Amino acid sequence: MFYRENGQFKTSYQSDQQIFPIAQDRWAVLAIMAFAFVGVPFLVDEYLFRAILIPFLILALAALGVNLLVGYCGQITLGAGAFMAVGAYAGYNFLIRIDGMPMLAAILLGGFVSALVGIVFGIPSLRVRGLYLAMATLAAQFFWDWAFLRISWFTNDAPSGSVSVSNLELLGFPIESPLQKYLFCLSLLVLFALLAKNMTRSAMGRQWMAIRDMDVAAEVIGIRPMFAKLSAFAVSSFYLGVAGALWGFVHLGSWEPAAFSIDRSFQLLFMVIIGGMGSIMGSFFGAAFIVVLPIFLNQFLPWLGNLVGIHISTAGVSHAEFMIFGALIVFFLIVEPHGIARLWSTGKEKLRLWPFPH
Amino acid sequence: MKVRKLMMAAALAATLSAPVMAADQFFPVLVYRTGPYAPNGTPWANGYVDYLKLVNAKGGINGVKLTFEECEFGYATDRGVECYERLKGKGGGATVVQPLSTGVTFALTEKAAVDKIPLITAGYGRSESANGAVFTWNFPLLGTYWVGADVAIQHIAKKEGGLDKLKGKKIALVYHDSPYGKEPIPLLQERAKMHGFDVMLLPVAHPGVEQKATWLQIRQNKPDYVLLWGWGVMNSTSLKEAQATGYPRDKMYGIWWAGAEPDVKDVGEGAKGYNAMTLQHGAEPNSKVVKDTLALVHAKGQGTGPKEEVGSVLYMRGVLSAMLGVEGVRKAQERFGKGKTMTGEQVRWGLENLNLDQKTLDGMGFAGVMRPVQTSCLDHMGSSWVRVHTWDGGKWNFSSDWYQADDKVIRPMVMLASGKYAEEKKLTPRTPEQCKQ
Repeated sequence: MFYRENGQFKTSYQSDQQIFPIAQDRWAVLAIMAFAFVGVPFLVDEYLFRAILIPFLILALAALGVNLLVGYCGQITLGAGAFMAVGAYAGYNFLIRIDGMPMLAAILLGGFVSALVGIVFGIPSLRVRGLYLAMATLAAQFFWDWAFLRISWFTNDAPSGSVSVSNLELLGFPIESPLQKYLFCLSLLVLFALLAKNMTRSAMGRQWMAIRDMDVAAEVIGIRPMFAKLSAFAVSSFYLGVAGALWGFVHLGSWEPAAFSIDRSFQLLFMVIIGGMGSIMGSFFGAAFIVVLPIFLNQFLPWLGNLVGIHISTAGVSHAEFMIFGALIVFFLIVEPHGIARLWSTGKEKLRLWPFPH
Repeated sequence: MKVRKLMMAAALAATLSAPVMAADQFFPVLVYRTGPYAPNGTPWANGYVDYLKLVNAKGGINGVKLTFEECEFGYATDRGVECYERLKGKGGGATVVQPLSTGVTFALTEKAAVDKIPLITAGYGRSESANGAVFTWNFPLLGTYWVGADVAIQHIAKKEGGLDKLKGKKIALVYHDSPYGKEPIPLLQERAKMHGFDVMLLPVAHPGVEQKATWLQIRQNKPDYVLLWGWGVMNSTSLKEAQATGYPRDKMYGIWWAGAEPDVKDVGEGAKGYNAMTLQHGAEPNSKVVKDTLALVHAKGQGTGPKEEVGSVLYMRGVLSAMLGVEGVRKAQERFGKGKTMTGEQVRWGLENLNLDQKTLDGMGFAGVMRPVQTSCLDHMGSSWVRVHTWDGGKWNFSSDWYQADDKVIRPMVMLASGKYAEEKKLTPRTPEQCKQ
């Protein structure tokens, strides 16, 4: 009833090609953004900022990066955590080794270094595919884990191997309070999400998708696989590097290689699979599902237990959290193998006909 | 934020209008009862909570009841930070945080300073945080990893017949590859330089169940001693590998994280002769505090874990950790008002002026468990007494006298490392005058 596009005529190519061709979508997205920038700061307390929103924003950015590579270009990767680590440690080194290096520049340079590393580790993708490529990217994970643990130059010879940054500021404004951190991450995420959306609609994104759908056919119609695959690796690693630098600088403040372990790589891959491969929206759904749900369950279960008069032990809650979380993953994969993003678009289709489905 | 303010105002109004309620003091409890480190995390958590219950059973701190809430983080740093954020504002504000994880300690070092919550890391954490002038909110009470490593070398030297006999010896460090395991390295290298022994560094990847390659290297290089810096399943795996390699267990020394019942129990006889540095206490089933806990908490059906584990090594570590926090509050009350709820800042003052002499400790039931602790604004460690205990196949027995870490070695290292930290963070260390406030 409300979600109808009747009467919205597209009279120019421009209006036909815009990101959200339906007016309601456009307004909804703008409203959500306005709410995130203006409304959330008034409603949310420090706990939500620090424990949920900031990790969600940063991991959504990382999931976006993985989605560009896995979802759009079809190159499976298990090295996402390593590229995040490269971004974080490269940014750290830029920040401390060059006097007066602005934080934002350090973060972006971290992303840039990560992109270069991504290209190097993407080279095997020119020869191997699928599970074999997963193995090759897994090598990146182990290599960088090893490098950041063993080569003390990367950690500025910190005896424990743990590095930290502080006194963050952007153009003279401090990035210290949770609100400032939130707005900083949100701005970067909005910017990079817009960029990603446009990239996937441009020639480059179409090349990626052609490679994903059938690389031989893509090559026959004149797409250079080397350029397409390596550019996907570079862009994806850039996103991951920036996300990694944010994770270290803004979220953790002090970190060790374990923050970017193989578990992180799996987590990001699951985000993409559950959220929806080849969908920008899906990256957000996936990140929300993986970041927020366990914490929600962890707090909701004891509350539920109290409601019915059962006291669940801390360990019990934790076990239940794992079981329910696992069961939900299986449930979503069975109900909709294309991820939550597909459920979302099915829902929108239904809404267009509502309340008079034929 | 507005909503929160409104709620706070409402809460304030409610407390003002309500009849005078007894004050209480909130202790957040970060635990890991699941995951690969659960066998060691669980007894610690039980001891910690049981001691809080014991204090309540005895009437609280000058009438102030202790409240607490557990949060499970599975030894994962990011979940630990989430737990900290969740609990720090509850119950009128967290009193002290004790994460029992070196990784979480690193992550919280700066956050705790902003939130003004003391961070007690009894026997772990960053070794350089003993310098209270720079690390104003960190309290590595009862010793750090550097203390443990220093005493390990002293003990080995004593066995060999003097520090000069260490020349040319080979000492291997088998360590958990994380900030925790890497902490002793600078001290061992310093000592190696002083006495001319070789240090072999053998890292083991998390969680530590795969150590074949490490022990192959030990077999090839035949170090004279092995120091074990492991946690959780890594420890028992090391001991099993040592057994399989034929490395003498009595030449192996663990830090206290590698010297509790869960580490040796499955190996049983195979771990016989294995030693560990205890920072103060070992297994203390006969101490008065354990008997009190059994009588006042467990006998009433309020015990947190199985009765049999009360008094085990890690359980006692939990008890001591909780006791230090509670005593910090008690000391703070002496200055800021008995029977009141203390803020984090006041508790910090209490922890900085902690003076637990033997008489006080004996009175609390810690006779024979630990030696006096006295902190100051500049010294946040308070004590560096260590004993060695040895596993006899069935239980831990003390096998050495008390040692004290050599301040001449450790203090310069602490000052150097904390100075570097202060420089990186652009902090100005507190002066002795500021301390007097």
